[in-house]
Amino acid sequence: MSDNLVEFNNISKFFGSVIALKDVTMHIKKGQIMCLLGDNGAGKSTLIKTLSGVHKPDEGEIIVEGKKTVFDSPRDALDMGIATVYQDLALVSLMSVTRNFFMGREPMKGFGPFKTFDVKKANSIASERMGQIGIDVRDPSQAVGTMSGGERQCLAISRAIYFGAKVLILDEPTSALGVHQASVVLKYIVKAASSGLGVILITHNVHHAYPVGNSFTILNRGKSMGTFNKKDLSREKLLGMMAGGEELDKLEVELKEIDRIVKN
Amino acid sequence: MSTKSKSIQNKSSDERLRKVSKLKVLLNRPELGALGGSILVFIFFGIIAGDTGMFSAYGTINFLEVSANLGIIAVAAALLMIGGEFDLSVGSMIGFAGICIAIPAIYWGWPLWMSILFAFSMAVLVGYANGILVVRTGLPSFIVTLAMLFILRGATLAITRLITGRTQVPGLRVLVEDDPIAWIFSADAFKFVFTWLGSLGLIELRQDGTPLATGIPASVIWWIAMTIFATWLLMKTRYGNWIFASGGDKLGARNVGVPVGRVKISLFIGTAVAATIYACVQVLDAGSADTMRGFLKELEAIVAAVVGGCLLTGGYGSAIGAAFGALIFGTVSMGIYYTDVDTDWFKVFLGVMMLIAVIFNNYIRRRVTENK
Repeated sequence: MSDNLVEFNNISKFFGSVIALKDVTMHIKKGQIMCLLGDNGAGKSTLIKTLSGVHKPDEGEIIVEGKKTVFDSPRDALDMGIATVYQDLALVSLMSVTRNFFMGREPMKGFGPFKTFDVKKANSIASERMGQIGIDVRDPSQAVGTMSGGERQCLAISRAIYFGAKVLILDEPTSALGVHQASVVLKYIVKAASSGLGVILITHNVHHAYPVGNSFTILNRGKSMGTFNKKDLSREKLLGMMAGGEELDKLEVELKEIDRIVKN
Repeated sequence: MSTKSKSIQNKSSDERLRKVSKLKVLLNRPELGALGGSILVFIFFGIIAGDTGMFSAYGTINFLEVSANLGIIAVAAALLMIGGEFDLSVGSMIGFAGICIAIPAIYWGWPLWMSILFAFSMAVLVGYANGILVVRTGLPSFIVTLAMLFILRGATLAITRLITGRTQVPGLRVLVEDDPIAWIFSADAFKFVFTWLGSLGLIELRQDGTPLATGIPASVIWWIAMTIFATWLLMKTRYGNWIFASGGDKLGARNVGVPVGRVKISLFIGTAVAATIYACVQVLDAGSADTMRGFLKELEAIVAAVVGGCLLTGGYGSAIGAAFGALIFGTVSMGIYYTDVDTDWFKVFLGVMMLIAVIFNNYIRRRVTENK
């Protein structure tokens, strides 16, 4: 048995004649941030859905803490400690921080039919947890709608951790955020990993991924271009390996050409 | 909250550390508008009609009873609206429940309590049908329950005429007296208090010495009890959190394991059952069922819920607000008789009030959800 929290070995997924994923392999260790990079259409979404139990892989195996597993539903994945925070975050902006934090998993008190939602306990847990990540929720009954995008992202991640996530799959957590907000979220992700979680960070932004990632898997047209450790990979090389990199090189050449024509 | 995290936040952003006063918290409550509206209405009638007997024991019971009738269905409609759906079939359900009580009791010789239970089981069926149709088809509940509005009203009329040859079923009053459960919907509460107040000469008496207002009508008790129960559900139970979640963001709620479909179906059953409580109160009080009973009540219930702070888009609102919305409605509709104003103007008032409420609610929602 290795020290991998989760292994995804040779995962393939087909939709009819379309090969969405082919032979993708990823290993996630404790405390590791694995960045999954790829341009639009590279198969990131399909991979996330396969990892989180929405799709069943057509080939390959999933090994969780040394045991071979099949996810029949997202619930199965969740029960194994693999939590996915999607882009929509599953937060209701009209509801309070506390009510969102415990949505669907409310702490209860009392007996039988008189069981009630333990609002006091929920409030104190929510503000404690948010405090830990540097978001001061003075009033945990304030609506999530009043929070910034970064704070919402942190809330969603914090909720997943609180409810027992061992591996976090984060889908483009920084894509809708400004520079400052993105750095707050990235800092939190690093902190989460250092406390022993495995993180799969999905992004198409190399500048967000490179500073925080330990290893990088690059996805291009449904295939993995390999997994690289940070020490073997420069930021430029990483950029170059993404489909976008080549495109950018081409673009540069074309721009030079235009420039030349204009000057003449 | 640790001071450390506060200091970190202080540097990065000040706005979220802004002190929020108690007043501001109150201002963000959904029922605020309806509460303020009720106070205004009472001040208005206190000045205009203070000496006319509107606020005598008898007058008060009168407008409370009208408010209570509407309040019973408005509270259930508010819960459903917070859950993100409408029920336009409430009014028709009232008529339908009425004949479900009257026909078995009068024509089939059932004991009254059995007909009442029969009406409630029909309500559960109708509510379930509404709910399952909305949840399974994904169609807007506006359309599904609009269809149910016509189906139920039509069926009520057709069945009643088929069995009785008329559109009214009288003769229930004699059955109420000996029935083991009918008093739940028809008896007056706290009679002794009113008799006592009458004997002290504090409230108006009839010529035979009994007070004019005999007690608090059952509908008022139902109204208050349902408001308390609904508020408890919303604020203190897991189910309440699920109602907010289902109405606020159906997909998000489902993703974290809220059984959105079950919540919505149960809320539709709730409105149909509330309509049946309304029908019981009315039918047992009047002693007769009428196929047109409850006509347009669904819209009045929605007005009360909206005035009470419910958002038409769901996810926000309160049961107390809806109860106050009903109180405004009942007070004005009865109070207008004590003024010189022509009662024809009542509907104008209703429309204007609803518009003001919606504009106000819209403003409140922006306060609550936007980063200001």
